[in-house]
Amino acid sequence: MKSTTQSNNKTHHEEHSELNFWKKYIFSTDHKVIGIQYGITSLLFLLLGFMLVMMMRWQIAYPEQQFPLYNFLIPFGVIGVIIMFIGGLQPKLNTVVGVCIIALTGLFWYLGTGEERMPEGIMLPEFYNQLGAMHGTIMVFLGVVPLAVGAFGNYVMPLQIGAPDMAFPKLNMASYWVYFIGGVIMIASFFVPGGAANSGWTSYPPLANIATTGQTWWLLGMVFLITSSLLGSVNFIVTIIQLRATGLTFMRLPFFVWTQFITSFLLLLAFPPLEVAGILQLMDRVAGTSFFMPSGLVVSGQIFPATGGGTPILWQHLFWFLAHPEVYVLILPAMGIIAEVIANNTRRPLWGYKYMVYSIIFLCFISFIVWAHHMYITGMGTKISAFFQTTTMIISVPSIVILSSLFVSLYGGSIRFNTPMLFALAFLPMFGIGGLTGLPLGLSTSDIHLHDTYYVIGHFHYVVAPGTIFALFAGIYFWYPKITGRILNETLGKIHFWGSFVCMNFIFFPMLIQGLQGVARRMYDGGQQYAHTQNVLYLNEVMSIAAWVMAVFQVFFIINMFISLRKEKQTDTNPWKATTLDWTATTSPPLAHGNFETVPEVYCEAYEYSVPGDAQDFKPQNKQ
Amino acid sequence: MEIPYTIETRHDTGLYNAKLGIWLFLASEVMLFGGLFASYILLRTGASEWPHGSTYLNIPLATLNTVVLIASSVTMVMSWASLMMNEFKKFKIYMGITILCGFLFLIVKYFEYSAKFEHGYFPSNNTFLAIYFTLTGLHGLHVIGGIVVNSYFWGAGSKMWFFQPKRFTNRIEIAGLYWHFVDLVWIFLFPVLYLL
Ligand code: HEM
Ligand SMILES: [Cu+2]
Repeated sequence: MKSTTQSNNKTHHEEHSELNFWKKYIFSTDHKVIGIQYGITSLLFLLLGFMLVMMMRWQIAYPEQQFPLYNFLIPFGVIGVIIMFIGGLQPKLNTVVGVCIIALTGLFWYLGTGEERMPEGIMLPEFYNQLGAMHGTIMVFLGVVPLAVGAFGNYVMPLQIGAPDMAFPKLNMASYWVYFIGGVIMIASFFVPGGAANSGWTSYPPLANIATTGQTWWLLGMVFLITSSLLGSVNFIVTIIQLRATGLTFMRLPFFVWTQFITSFLLLLAFPPLEVAGILQLMDRVAGTSFFMPSGLVVSGQIFPATGGGTPILWQHLFWFLAHPEVYVLILPAMGIIAEVIANNTRRPLWGYKYMVYSIIFLCFISFIVWAHHMYITGMGTKISAFFQTTTMIISVPSIVILSSLFVSLYGGSIRFNTPMLFALAFLPMFGIGGLTGLPLGLSTSDIHLHDTYYVIGHFHYVVAPGTIFALFAGIYFWYPKITGRILNETLGKIHFWGSFVCMNFIFFPMLIQGLQGVARRMYDGGQQYAHTQNVLYLNEVMSIAAWVMAVFQVFFIINMFISLRKEKQTDTNPWKATTLDWTATTSPPLAHGNFETVPEVYCEAYEYSVPGDAQDFKPQNKQ
Repeated sequence: MEIPYTIETRHDTGLYNAKLGIWLFLASEVMLFGGLFASYILLRTGASEWPHGSTYLNIPLATLNTVVLIASSVTMVMSWASLMMNEFKKFKIYMGITILCGFLFLIVKYFEYSAKFEHGYFPSNNTFLAIYFTLTGLHGLHVIGGIVVNSYFWGAGSKMWFFQPKRFTNRIEIAGLYWHFVDLVWIFLFPVLYLL
């Protein structure tokens, strides 16, 4: 008895003493702060990944030409300075974010100069390869997943299930910091002799095994990122199973929570094999083993001293065992966000909610047995190939179910066309294009033609860029009022949307055309030397200009985020008139003090919009 | 608002948070070692020749180690059971033995490794030795992790017993689950590497 009073006293005490800046914003164990930390960090990484690819796009369109570096460095530096001084966040946070952006600009400056990277401002092929590998890695592992899962999952999911916090707050903090260190290692690899990893984000051996030190750093960075997502996914699953509010049965969960739940399982079970692959490649590189090196390989004119027995195909199996489920890690949270936004802005329940849930559960299982559809040209047998083609066709069904459900949900709705909804609406056809262009890649006959062409690049970018990234934008516009208490400016938001929407298609559709023509990916001159690419070469310029124009439109977004913070705080906790529990918590819920004033209880389904006979057109889940 | 079910179980799942957490963690560990075993199979079936474990490895020593680990699993359960029966002193003894067994395992492993190195057997010699060192090395790291955690619960961490006995018992249960898993991995490693 004595002991319990003691611990009560302690928490009581903690509640009343204000946490200092470091405890509150930097080393916080509160899921909302960690969510925001993930959000800011991953947005910066997205920006970096985008900046890297803009350099690549310049190079592809104008190979061997000098780089117009300063043209776009200055605006980014200016943004950093603006944020530092008039950002509208807490003063210290302004400095932190501003310094981050200025550091990013500095990094970019560093990359854009130097004899071994860009002598006289002309990009070397080796450097192009580094940019490509790091763009892919940064976008996937440091940008989109941390934003979708780390930021949105962390911030929104506990609120939506009515939990006071994550089940393991300290693990949660650890998962952010491990991610952060992993990111720092990744970026630091640009500064080691020989530069960053340059064998693509897939790091295929034998190339990756004999690559420069940057590859070792890549592997170390990955080990950190894998550890981070392991901590995160355990935490998410336990939280969803254990901390749901009373009455919140699984079939009443908001769809977003479901997607986070399934995503966590994918991360939990698919990442370890990649960790295995990483460990084995690390052994190959530092301990002289040859897990992935066949014997008798000739490297720079000499037989490579491999001890035999290894095979590069093993890497591919281990890698794609992760990397196929990884695409669902990218897309599922996006679908969750879209479902929330669509239900809310059509003012109707989601059509076929149950089927959507069954679909993602089914998808989770099947996603573990399709990985070899990335490996048709490794010479696997026709029987095995038939197996993977079949499972690949099967796995496309649940995605189609979800997409169709979302489309049907629009039917008969009184749609509000606000910025989040515009992004959500654009997501549907864009993801549709991404998905449909994937089908030919799942069948070996057509894949053999399309493999490693720009068609592949076009396909998966339709899924991740105008697909997932649009969903993430929708989410940011949607939950921004919850997080900050202010609605983002609609005009700026719409400029951002239309600009991005148009540019995205000018960037990625030509890739499909180029790919069908046979333009290979990862060519630093965009295929200038090949006869068969000549008639689609002009598209390189189209895509590159579109990418640069798109960068300009992102400035509207960045500015919007910061100037909106200077507006007066709204008092309305539920500006969108939404039903899920997150909107019943106070606006920008107090940090480190739990989420709800009273423990919420749930009485109905997730999306009871326009219930006949009700006075209001929405019925929050905690209303009886 | 406190986080619920840190000590008590939730009625519909019958679990407290950390127990579910450790099971999930172990599931990912299964995938980790599963990936390694799968790699082993792929490498072995793809190799033109594959040495029998005994040509390089010391089976009696490994048998000894197997016995040591199994014993430590037993004492681990006993230490948890002691707490369940409110006998803190016994817990200390059994946990102490578990930790010692862990060290014993590592010491034997150390002799095994150094014998290999003396004979000039290194991971770079061939794929068999490569996978041997990788698998046992990773398993060794897990043993070290377990020893660290157990030692903490044996020493400084055991203070919790005096003000939150239930929670402390739960922690030992969780540590136990992890320790059994480490044990189990060895039980797979032993035949796969040494006997087949
Ligand atoms: C809208 C901005 C983006 C543009 C303009 C863009 C463009 C490109 C280009 C030109 C390539 C290189 C192809 C080559 O090496 O020849 C590439 C590769 C890649 N991108 Fe993006 N991308 C964007 C966004 C994203 C996003 C959001 C993701 C992921 C979430 C992503 C993931 C990848 C991956 C994984 C690769 C393959 C890298 C490799 O080959 O190793 N990209 N992208
Ligand atoms: Cu795939």
